Amino acid sequence: MSDVRKNMDALRAIAESPRKQLDRVLAEGKKAVGVIPYFAPEELVYAAGMVPFGMWGAETQVSESKRYFPAFYCSIIHTALDLGIKGEYDGLSAVMIPLTCDTLKGMGANWRYGVKNIPVIDVAYAQNRTIPAGEEFTEGQFKKIRGQVEEIAGVKITDMALAKANKVYNENRKECLRFTELAASHPQTVSLTDRAMVLKARYFVERDAHTALIKELNDALEVLPEEKAKGSRIVTTGIIADSPELLGILQDNGFTIAADQITHESVDFRSLADETIDPVMALVKRLSGIKGTSVLFDPAKSRNTELAEIAKAAKADGVLWVLTKFCDPEEFDYVPAKKILDEAGIPMLQIEIDQQMVNYEQIRTAIETFKDML
Amino acid sequence: MTDNKFLTPEGEKKPGKQVLRELQDKIAQDVFDAKARGEKIGWCASNFPQEICTAMDIKVAYPENMGAAVGAKGGGLRMCEEAEAMGYSNDLCSYARINLAYAASDECPEIQIPRPDFLLCCNNICGCMMKWYENLAVELNIPLLMIDIPHLTEKTCDPDRVRYIRAQFDDCIRQLEEITGKKMDYSKLQEVMEVSQRSSRAWLRAISCMGAEPSPFSGFDVFNTMAVATVGRGTVEAAEAFEYLADEYETAIKEGRSTFKGEEKYRILFEGIACWANLRATYKTLQSRGINLTSTIYGPAFSFLYSNLDELMAAYSYVPNSYCFEKEVELRVNDAKAKKVDGAVIHINRSCKRWSGNSYELERQLRAQAGIPTMTFDGDQSDPRVFSEAQYETRVEALVEIMEANKQAKKGAKAQKEAAI
Repeated sequence: MSDVRKNMDALRAIAESPRKQLDRVLAEGKKAVGVIPYFAPEELVYAAGMVPFGMWGAETQVSESKRYFPAFYCSIIHTALDLGIKGEYDGLSAVMIPLTCDTLKGMGANWRYGVKNIPVIDVAYAQNRTIPAGEEFTEGQFKKIRGQVEEIAGVKITDMALAKANKVYNENRKECLRFTELAASHPQTVSLTDRAMVLKARYFVERDAHTALIKELNDALEVLPEEKAKGSRIVTTGIIADSPELLGILQDNGFTIAADQITHESVDFRSLADETIDPVMALVKRLSGIKGTSVLFDPAKSRNTELAEIAKAAKADGVLWVLTKFCDPEEFDYVPAKKILDEAGIPMLQIEIDQQMVNYEQIRTAIETFKDML
Repeated sequence: MTDNKFLTPEGEKKPGKQVLRELQDKIAQDVFDAKARGEKIGWCASNFPQEICTAMDIKVAYPENMGAAVGAKGGGLRMCEEAEAMGYSNDLCSYARINLAYAASDECPEIQIPRPDFLLCCNNICGCMMKWYENLAVELNIPLLMIDIPHLTEKTCDPDRVRYIRAQFDDCIRQLEEITGKKMDYSKLQEVMEVSQRSSRAWLRAISCMGAEPSPFSGFDVFNTMAVATVGRGTVEAAEAFEYLADEYETAIKEGRSTFKGEEKYRILFEGIACWANLRATYKTLQSRGINLTSTIYGPAFSFLYSNLDELMAAYSYVPNSYCFEKEVELRVNDAKAKKVDGAVIHINRSCKRWSGNSYELERQLRAQAGIPTMTFDGDQSDPRVFSEAQYETRVEALVEIMEANKQAKKGAKAQKEAAI
């Protein structure tokens, strides 16, 4: 038990102090590259001997970013840009900015003009990502990015180094997945905030270091007897759900996260890179295989059918749709998803979150009502 | 031009914008007629390569045009609220909300479009389009064909992008052949490409007339005439209509005539989509102060110039919202200078995250590079709730003061220079 707590605390400390982690990396003489969501090929950064540094925004009040984005843009991008302008990311050698959604398409230029000391690596990939021409396009783009990363690192990325990065990332993904299952079966030992922070920590340290810690944690958790959930089991879905306030409210109401379909969490680590093929193509194929997110083209809305399947497989009592305010893709997906879950008889609650939120009382009331309903 | 389509029953020459409006109505009616004949018809994104459907004689309707028309005819609020009652957030694009409400109910007194058998999506205008069409495909249970145009990060479209777009273009033709039973005739495609170039050149010629002082027409007309420029330019009728329009404007310049009501005291660049639901207020506030719109990105950027299929692929990257930011700025600065504008009015469009996401930096660049004063205002393309007439008026007033001061300063400087000589 003490090993479990010790490991969780170590991972929480990392998740709760991103700047300290960045300072540590820089003090060790390493270079770090910022990685803005979604699905940038950060393995290239790792393979070049640098440290990828996740940039999913932060719970902060923005001021500077409002000179670039109007108020009706998601807080992930607002807060990331705001922190950039305020110098909170100083020390990064570059920042990878994918062009996945409309907001991100505007981010590249806003970053370039607002944060002049950290250059941008634009990350384009195909939205028609499963067709051969789409994969070929993405492969070409990833090779171009490989060259840009090499220039920043001042080293060549060998195929062997990239293959090793893919292996390191796969190991981490497997342990993260294993942890989500263990957290669900040990709801009294692993609080919902512990769960989120353990997973979030991977964005701020070298992946192999995260793997070592989370593996130790998993091994310690595995030997503990399974614990009974106090209240209802839910599946969370959305872009990000790491707000301590939100998780605290869920915890207070006895909820257990039986599984998640959160882009920041399981969606990212459920898809593995094929270690038997060319390592760049492995990155491309991994992207093709990513499911369960609204930000990638999904003509059959398999995200929504998958959500119902996850809920059934996890024997969940309901689904919590954690809507990142102003996220168009999520707002579009919600309506057909609701229909599918209604038909499947799975209750769903949608709550809207924003990293700049200070008052969670409305959410608390909605969650309390949801608990009673379940 | 003595063709009947250019003459009224009384034998008078019709204004060019009327000719284009009638052509637009005919294009819309053609889709109903095709549907009635039992042909498969589609709903299509406005910047989807129109050459494919025109060459294959496949009729399509444009939900974005419908969204604009519903907004202009006063149905925007009702339709947006219908969509919101279905669970759609009021943060979403109002064109999408209007269309998704229509797809669910099949009812809209302002304007109808026939039920589609397939969907043609292209995300060069925005990524929202992709999600909107996904929802339609699921809701209506029909095939969705998507051409993904990756956002440009450099000024030109690289060969990797061209290859990717071309593969999707070819794939789309194959799928459309299966769905509609119609075959692509590649010699017809060549003809359509040539006609499209003829239309585009005429469109550019017409739009360039806004450079004259005074401009021969009220720039708000561009919001209407551009519909045919984007969706119907592959037909000979459209090419003839644009040539007719350009001739009309050139004649008006020679004769010193303008359809702009009143004296053209100031000339502005208008940035963004029109506020269709508040069109009268946005127009009157400017017109009553002698402000004419003489520059809009719809001019230079919706021309789609190319000379072969590969260039055609690249041309669909060269549209507003798909360009890299530096090119977006360059186009506007050049047009602002060519059209001799005194200021810029920038619409922060609540519906359009793609368009509004760089508007503040664009504003700074316009001030710096074109040397003009600017204003922004909050609005929406078809949801009337966002626009505030009071905010708009106050800001236009402030802009007028600066534009007037600049004019007086310029006059003073000129007089001083002359006196010195």
